[in-house]
Amino acid sequence: MPVTPELLREVALTEDEYRRAVELLGREPNLVELGMIGALWSEHCGYKHSRPLLRRLPTSGPQVVQGPGENAGAVDLGDGLVVVLKIESHNHPSAVEPFQGAATGVGGIVRDIFAMGARPIALADSLRFGPLEESRQQYLFHGVVGGIGWYGNCLGIPTVAGDVFFMPEYRQNPLVNAMCVGIAERSALVRARASGPGNLVVLVGADTGRDGIHGATFASVEDPERSHRGVVQVGNPFLEKLLLEACLEVLQTGAVVAMQDLGAAGLTSASAELAARGGTGIELDVAAVPRRETGMTPYEVMLSESQERMLLVVRPEGLERVLEIFRHWELHAVVIGRVTDDGMLRVLDAGNPVAELPVRLLTEACPTYIREAYESEAIRARRAFDPDTLPDLSANDVLRALLALLRSPNIASRRPIYRTYDHTILTNTVLPPGQGDAAVLRVKGHRFGIALKTDCNPRYCLLEPRLGAQHAVAEATRNVSCVGAEPLAITDCLNFGNPERPEVYYQLVQAIEGMAEACTVLGVPVVSGNVSLYNETEGRSIPPTPVVGVVGKLSDVHRHVGLGFAGEGKVFLLGPQSATLGASEYLAQLHGIVAGAPPNLDLELERRVQALIREAIQRGIALAAHDCSEGGLLVALAESCIVGGIGGRFKVDELVAVNGRLDRTLFGEAGSRIVVQVAPGAEGAVLTLAHAYGVPVCELGHTGGDRFIVEGIVDCTLDDLAAVWRDGLRGE
Amino acid sequence: MRFGIVTFPGSNGDHDALMAVRLGLGQPAELVWHTETDLSNYDCIVIPGGFSYGDYLRAGAIARFAPVMQAVAREAEAGKPVLGICNGFQILTEAHLLPGALLRNASLEFVCDWVWVRVEQTRTPWTSQLAPGTLLRLPIAHGEGRYYVDEKTLAELERAGQIVFRYVDAKGNATPEANPNGSVANIAGVCNVRGNVVGLMPHPERAFDRLIGGDDGLQILASVLAVGLEVVRGRGGH
Repeated sequence: MPVTPELLREVALTEDEYRRAVELLGREPNLVELGMIGALWSEHCGYKHSRPLLRRLPTSGPQVVQGPGENAGAVDLGDGLVVVLKIESHNHPSAVEPFQGAATGVGGIVRDIFAMGARPIALADSLRFGPLEESRQQYLFHGVVGGIGWYGNCLGIPTVAGDVFFMPEYRQNPLVNAMCVGIAERSALVRARASGPGNLVVLVGADTGRDGIHGATFASVEDPERSHRGVVQVGNPFLEKLLLEACLEVLQTGAVVAMQDLGAAGLTSASAELAARGGTGIELDVAAVPRRETGMTPYEVMLSESQERMLLVVRPEGLERVLEIFRHWELHAVVIGRVTDDGMLRVLDAGNPVAELPVRLLTEACPTYIREAYESEAIRARRAFDPDTLPDLSANDVLRALLALLRSPNIASRRPIYRTYDHTILTNTVLPPGQGDAAVLRVKGHRFGIALKTDCNPRYCLLEPRLGAQHAVAEATRNVSCVGAEPLAITDCLNFGNPERPEVYYQLVQAIEGMAEACTVLGVPVVSGNVSLYNETEGRSIPPTPVVGVVGKLSDVHRHVGLGFAGEGKVFLLGPQSATLGASEYLAQLHGIVAGAPPNLDLELERRVQALIREAIQRGIALAAHDCSEGGLLVALAESCIVGGIGGRFKVDELVAVNGRLDRTLFGEAGSRIVVQVAPGAEGAVLTLAHAYGVPVCELGHTGGDRFIVEGIVDCTLDDLAAVWRDGLRGE
Repeated sequence: MRFGIVTFPGSNGDHDALMAVRLGLGQPAELVWHTETDLSNYDCIVIPGGFSYGDYLRAGAIARFAPVMQAVAREAEAGKPVLGICNGFQILTEAHLLPGALLRNASLEFVCDWVWVRVEQTRTPWTSQLAPGTLLRLPIAHGEGRYYVDEKTLAELERAGQIVFRYVDAKGNATPEANPNGSVANIAGVCNVRGNVVGLMPHPERAFDRLIGGDDGLQILASVLAVGLEVVRGRGGH
């Protein structure tokens, strides 16, 4: 077969990679084989640039039941249950067709969870867009939010948490990261390992069409908008709901050996992964695959990314029972092949061989790259900017600044988004979106509960990726601690630009390093994740965005707190008293500057602050807790007042003395800071506790009334603040 | 009292209804698949929310043709209590067991929130134990919940006492601001002429425990137990 540069470009292989494949195979691959190799050696499937780096992340711990490498990770909850978690990007499809791109992202991540034998109980989404005032960004934003809601609402899985951030660098490359959490019996957890030669390979769900062919390679090249729209898949949540119920039911027959979601690179990837993990081979006949359209070639069938499909390995003696259950749910299920013992992925077309590749060639032999890395001079220069060179705020201008920040789409109420997501279905939602720093869910029949949250400040990551990634881990876990839960595990989604550029590769290396450091100190392992590279257009990359999704456990679900002040009580600041304006929301909104060094982070202190707040919540000392992040102290206080529906009177003289400037005191940002409302009579207890944990503490004032007052600086009604905060995301 | 919970492909509120009856009321409940043709075993019937058949034509439009709907119609005719929630309400209007239609929300967006509803009618088995004017706080979660009837039918419904729930504010006033979807006359739920078939958009089955935001839904689900008592007493009399 003549291999032309055009052909190699089509399957996204370099000439070196092609030569490597020929050498390993001992012959030239045919067209079908070339397509299969190209798909599995794509960045999306093969993790060519990230694999050597990901080894640095801590992935073990006593609570870890399943680490990275399966459809999803799993951690122990006690009582014989595990929580299963995974996050995945659907950035490139969402840039081209936001509604379906986001919807199918949700569909894919949900399949990853029930492929483990877990019932999905909650969804979370981490989203990034360009400036919301631009009409194209409005289109992307509404499309993505609409698609997430449509798919999740139809499926009946509550969307309870997430984060969203707007920054000009995301204009051409929005990010859509979907996270799903499920619950399973520890003993019933399923692995995607094709074992037992002679066992049957069953394909169930949607018929296979031409949609999404080369989606995996599409996700591994730049400039999504220039790519072909036809590669974006269309979702069918109705079918997925049937697939979900049916798959959980067939697992109870004991006849199912393994289950694997069909995602990127379709049948090729699913069968290769099943066989690789099982140390076996698989033989498939594409003629048996139910088609949506006629005239499809074996190449197209093997690479189709049609949604709502699942691949199962079934013991022959249990096949009839399994098929019967699928018939009950009105799903197509057919035997398309069998497990072999020769380590080959063999594809037949009505019995005639069309491809035969060693499984290991497709998976483990995927080349990996270590690139040149250095920091961009421009970013180094931006980080060197000193915000102290700007004039300080006068007390008279503080209210104006506060209103501008509360109205900022990065801070304003997320209600316009989560109101369109069903977050009460399944009747487990204890702390719904908007009420706490993380969502809290109960697990029926058990005393414990779980909390979840996603986070990442891309401005910090842009200006100092290592520190920024540490902050992402610290903030996401802090949010979970602020509702009273102990962080158990992380699932990460690493969104970056083109790693072949040294400036981007540097960001990737640094971010993973920072994430590994923070996870180690905070004792939270990474149990699953996803990497999305090439998020750039015409050489302009997104800011490094290592999104962190955290799941935590509350030993008693009743012992939780929200972020809104609950009645009258004293308010304290836990954590560092000095803040910085570098990389802050204040600089971006009020001065139009994205520069300066992000706040430093003492990971040891972070660990102690989180342990402190968890103990304060468990002992009933804390009535409300709110992480003090974007927008700084004054924004955190305002948010807790608005959500709690109660005013407050605060004093910041001491902090001004420490910080030297009003803007830095009120709107500067820092890690490891929590605003806490203390139960009447427990003020002494919180001071004792802070002392015991070695955490700085500072009294800020007390709640009450319907005015928001900072002595000598701000005096306004709570309604004035609430009005702009509520409408910030709606402002068009 | 045995609750039958009718489930279609795409139903997703079935599990919540099951939990509300079992955990909230402590009563037996079973899921009934849409191919079932006999519901005589159940003392009352709940049609839960979801996206039956994917809502591909119009919410509830395909479900009305399911075999189980003939059984539902038969039981409704016989006077058995039937409750349609959200998509279940849509199915009952499509099946002409309840008057009116449910259109896309005025906002054109799906809306998930907690709302107040006022009990307008206590002659139905699902409200018989509630005082008229009782305020209940319930979740809503729907994209097509805007109740619509023409003016003439509205007047008939008022006259015949078929309006069962209205969206109100926390003080009990049926204001435009308290109407989450643009329903005509703030209507959140209606019943048939006889009163035994009730449909509503809010989700009583999602409000059965204070830990998850409230338990007002139990007041609706528990009302029907009084009918159960009558049934049992009736059986004893024979």
